Amino acid sequence: MHSNRYCNRIIVLPFSVLLEIRVKPDNSGVVTDGVKHSMNPFCEIAVEEAVKLKEKKLIKEVVAVSCGPQQSQETIRTALAMGADRGIHVEVAGKDYETLGPLQVSKIMAALAKKEDAQLIILGKQAIDDDCNQTGQMTAALLDWPQGTFASEVSLDGDKVKVVREIDGGLETIKISTPAVLTADLRLNTPRYATLPNIMKAKKKKIANVKPADLGVDLTSRLEVLKVEEPPQRQAGVKVETVEDLVGKLKETGRI
Amino acid sequence: YPAFSLSDVIIYFFLCLVKVNSTFWELPETHQLLRQTCRDYADRELMPIAAKLDKEHVFPAKQIHELGAMGVMAMEVPEELGGAGMDYLAYSLAMEEISRGCASTGVVVSVNNSLYIGPILKFGTVEQKKQWIAPFTTGEKVGCFALSEPGNGSDAGAASTLARQEGDQWVLNGTKAWITNSWDASATVVFATTDKKLKHKGISAFLVPMPHPGLSLGKKEDKLGIRASSTANIILEDCRIPLENMLGPRGAGFRIAMQTLDSGRIGIAAQALGIAQAALDCAADYAHKRTAFGAPIGKLQAIQFKLADMAVAVESARLLTWKAAILKDSNKPFIKEAAMAKLAASEAATFCSHQAIQVLGGMGYVTDMPAERHYRDARITEIYEGTSEIQRLVIAGQLLKEYQS
Repeated sequence: MHSNRYCNRIIVLPFSVLLEIRVKPDNSGVVTDGVKHSMNPFCEIAVEEAVKLKEKKLIKEVVAVSCGPQQSQETIRTALAMGADRGIHVEVAGKDYETLGPLQVSKIMAALAKKEDAQLIILGKQAIDDDCNQTGQMTAALLDWPQGTFASEVSLDGDKVKVVREIDGGLETIKISTPAVLTADLRLNTPRYATLPNIMKAKKKKIANVKPADLGVDLTSRLEVLKVEEPPQRQAGVKVETVEDLVGKLKETGRI
Repeated sequence: YPAFSLSDVIIYFFLCLVKVNSTFWELPETHQLLRQTCRDYADRELMPIAAKLDKEHVFPAKQIHELGAMGVMAMEVPEELGGAGMDYLAYSLAMEEISRGCASTGVVVSVNNSLYIGPILKFGTVEQKKQWIAPFTTGEKVGCFALSEPGNGSDAGAASTLARQEGDQWVLNGTKAWITNSWDASATVVFATTDKKLKHKGISAFLVPMPHPGLSLGKKEDKLGIRASSTANIILEDCRIPLENMLGPRGAGFRIAMQTLDSGRIGIAAQALGIAQAALDCAADYAHKRTAFGAPIGKLQAIQFKLADMAVAVESARLLTWKAAILKDSNKPFIKEAAMAKLAASEAATFCSHQAIQVLGGMGYVTDMPAERHYRDARITEIYEGTSEIQRLVIAGQLLKEYQS
């Protein structure tokens, strides 16, 4: 345990997501070859929050972690250019990457958090390509750490974190002890554009390469994707003359 | 004559040193990251407002501030003075991406970087750099470059603006024309004749703050394109400035102007590339979506040939621009290549934007689509910072020197 009042280390997990999604012809998944990756918008917000906390001198070091193939290094570099201190690239490629899901990522994060002795893990609330919204919660459960998800405001107070969460009913304010897991929601902050001097400095920052096996993580998926389909094509609407016609049509198509 | 020139070999080594495992033309990683950052900024912050800025002739002050914060307004300036400390290749990449979002914003960035800060960085004293560069790196202030006059554009040696010394002051009199950023600038580099008998060797460069007594602005020109940037005359009537406001040695003005324009050319080439690329993007996207004769028009050879010609024009101009930038960064002669880049890129911009309207048909002619704006923005790139005709003279001049025995 730490007697130090302030948080030392934050790990952020910027994920790269696919732009321009197309379903594979055999309906087994989406096309990933040659598709452009970019940092998940919620993860940008997470990185920004971590960097802001460091600028306020409330934490000492920000580590950016990404799991994936070689291209993930670009995402880490972007995080470094925004102000993270160093990066860890967990190499997951090929078939393993296709079946990589929240459970495996959380196991990796949990292992890294213990190894790096982190006090805070900040992630985006969900990835915009699969919309799972599970990694943060699972990571907290695996580590048995408290979680502040859908955060729209974060403030550190000694070894506690005050989190304002966006929930269906409005805003909920909670206070949790560190170490903790936070997930960033849209209104937490506006991510900065990397400045050119920081892009130059990012070149000198270190990115360590790690394999999941080194962390003792088994990547086999507990899920099997049966089918991926595009949403049904939007059909043309039908115009009706009267309210009776409308009710009749709705009954006809089994809507009521 | 040899199949490769020495400059080709030097570039190959430069790129090899820069990234050992890459293919011949892969950009260094920092440059890739920079390019992506500028592209993201242009996509999110410039593209959505470009049409409005153009329609309302509004100077993009907020965006210039944000670009300043990123370091884009002073890319070559060393970090001690508040700049980004990057090279000309990085500057060209940033210019292309910014101009792809909004050509007007691009020209504001280019003039500040190449034409205002450029000569001060190269010819200014330490004091001048502190006073006239440092405040202009953040986007809070922009500068401009006053060379052309109503009586001479291409004929820069015939400057009729006069500067006479009176005690401890220079007194400037004359009119400068077509000055980009004039209505939004806080300082200008002005070229005036100090010794009429020496003709173009009697021109000197001066730094004048704006506003300043004796300096007034003409009406804002109502232009065909790049309308969000201001263009106007600068009128000097007994404008008095301290002696230390002379930039570089007395009589060096013409040389300073020419050298500044040689580099500025690369920035404008990059701006033209951005416009050309935006036009190509617009046309290619439309070719996928628009159907005629039962299929997307991209299936028709007539459209395919246009798109192919556009792509070749852009890519070849881009490679020329990168080559010119890399030569400059390696301190090798680059005048011919810079002129070639500007010529190729500006002609690519007009060609691509013309063809883009053609691909879009009627839709290309209305303001609902950006094609008409690219057409209007592209046209000036063949004129300012050296007309296409002047570029040809520069290229021919350099070329003939190479063949002299």
